[in-house]
Amino acid sequence: MLALGGVCVFSFSEVVLQQLINGLILGSFYALVALGYSMVYGIIKLLNFAHGDIYMIGAFACLSVFGVISKEIPGLAGIGLSIAAAMVLAGIIGYLVQRVAYRPMLEAPRLSLLITAIGVSLVIYNTVMLMTNGQPLFFFSGIDNSAGFSFGNIRITYVQIFMLALSATTMLALSFFISRTMMGKAMRAIALDQDACRLMGINVNKIIGSTFIIGSMLAAIAGGMACVYYGNVQYNMGYTIGIKAFTSAVIGGIGSMPGAMLGGLLLGLLEAIGTQVMTSMGMSGSAWKDVFAFGILIVMLILRPNGLMGKTDVERM
Amino acid sequence: MPLLEVQSLETFYGKVAALRSVSFSVGEGQIVTLLGSNGAGKSTTLRAISGLIPTVAGKVTFCGEDITNLPAHSIVERGLVHLPEGRRIFKALSVIENLELGSYMLKDNKERQKRMDSVFERFPILGTRRKQLGGTLSGGEQQMLAIGRGLMSSPKLLLMDEPSMGIAPLIVKDITNIIKSLHSDGTTILLVEQNAKMALGLANYGYVLDNGSIVLEGDAKDLRKDEKVVKAYLGI
Repeated sequence: MLALGGVCVFSFSEVVLQQLINGLILGSFYALVALGYSMVYGIIKLLNFAHGDIYMIGAFACLSVFGVISKEIPGLAGIGLSIAAAMVLAGIIGYLVQRVAYRPMLEAPRLSLLITAIGVSLVIYNTVMLMTNGQPLFFFSGIDNSAGFSFGNIRITYVQIFMLALSATTMLALSFFISRTMMGKAMRAIALDQDACRLMGINVNKIIGSTFIIGSMLAAIAGGMACVYYGNVQYNMGYTIGIKAFTSAVIGGIGSMPGAMLGGLLLGLLEAIGTQVMTSMGMSGSAWKDVFAFGILIVMLILRPNGLMGKTDVERM
Repeated sequence: MPLLEVQSLETFYGKVAALRSVSFSVGEGQIVTLLGSNGAGKSTTLRAISGLIPTVAGKVTFCGEDITNLPAHSIVERGLVHLPEGRRIFKALSVIENLELGSYMLKDNKERQKRMDSVFERFPILGTRRKQLGGTLSGGEQQMLAIGRGLMSSPKLLLMDEPSMGIAPLIVKDITNIIKSLHSDGTTILLVEQNAKMALGLANYGYVLDNGSIVLEGDAKDLRKDEKVVKAYLGI
């Protein structure tokens, strides 16, 4: 959460508005990662527990590339380029994970596939831990994270605007891709009936591979955003966000892409508001934010396991 | 040379033989029907031909080319289109999207539009429901959509699996007429039906499958008079 240090008097509406902004940023993070979760679940019914680790790889890749190019291309342009490079790397790794670990298991029971995903997650997690000696790496963007606009006591930084714009553009592009292009339509069709797709000349394995590539690229964008926002990157950063993204996907209705976006944004907002409420009650707000996230997960699973935008079966026999 | 030739085809479900040395052929421009009771192996035969399930032995030749065990999507590319049992349309996608996916391999959008227009011409009701989700169509309309979706890849050979299944008896006649018109437009058809009366009324030639093997074959008009067929499948 953004620390609002040094500010003394806030009106109630200003607090709410500020937390809405913060929640939106956090939510767009979750949404980007949740989309990959949900796309993969929709298409092969796999909870890809390695997805958070792909996000972490994306963050490391962005940090490494920026470290090399930041002298020549500083600022947002360099960050943008580094994120693009991270997307390529994450896409490749996401594809390889799918090709090597998941594809041979597609005919196996779903539980075996799930356990494979946990295994993949452990492999990536521990490999990066060994490579970095478990130490965090720091990201020096050269941009003042606190520079931005102020409206009264409400503050929105340039970095926040950049992140919101990036995630909004990404999600719009993805929505267009899914609803308008042939490959996007094929993805939705595969989620419904794989054999029927095969009979129409759709190379199902290829589409599944593409789904992993796209999901991993989205995670890498979020990873790059995390570099800038938090300023440090560590091997275990994918763990919590993986579970948060899963929560977002469940809130929205797992398998549904608009649901993943909505779920991510809602979770971000709820966390931001919830943290603020706890703080105003004199408790450490940020210590409570995971409690909100997983409290919501439990409530959703009990009350509406299909999620807000989960499948409503249109069927007529 | 027949358009489709199946020689000594064998498949297994686990360790149980599903098809035992099934051989038959479909000549260009014909309607050939595959009859048999439930579980005789009719659908399995079609699924093996179109590459949905692996074959253990035997050979499938289409247009002179060996297509045995090719992946399903590249068999479609060659003009062999399988309309599966139960229609299997995409219920959560619109009519237009269903049809578009039928021509997935086509790169040319103009050609796609042309084919879609001709599907709407053949099935005007689909044209009026083009934006509706597939799942909201009636059974007969869904069958038209399934057929239209198959036509989008301009097939040389259609494998139709139980097109009359789950359709109101009145509409079965419509389906019969559709098959007739597809045939007169030059499409070769391999028809699997439990409704043997309908199938033999349409077909030139028929095969009877029983327990995974072909037990009888002949001209459709002869099969219609064959005592065994009449007793077993026509229920007269």
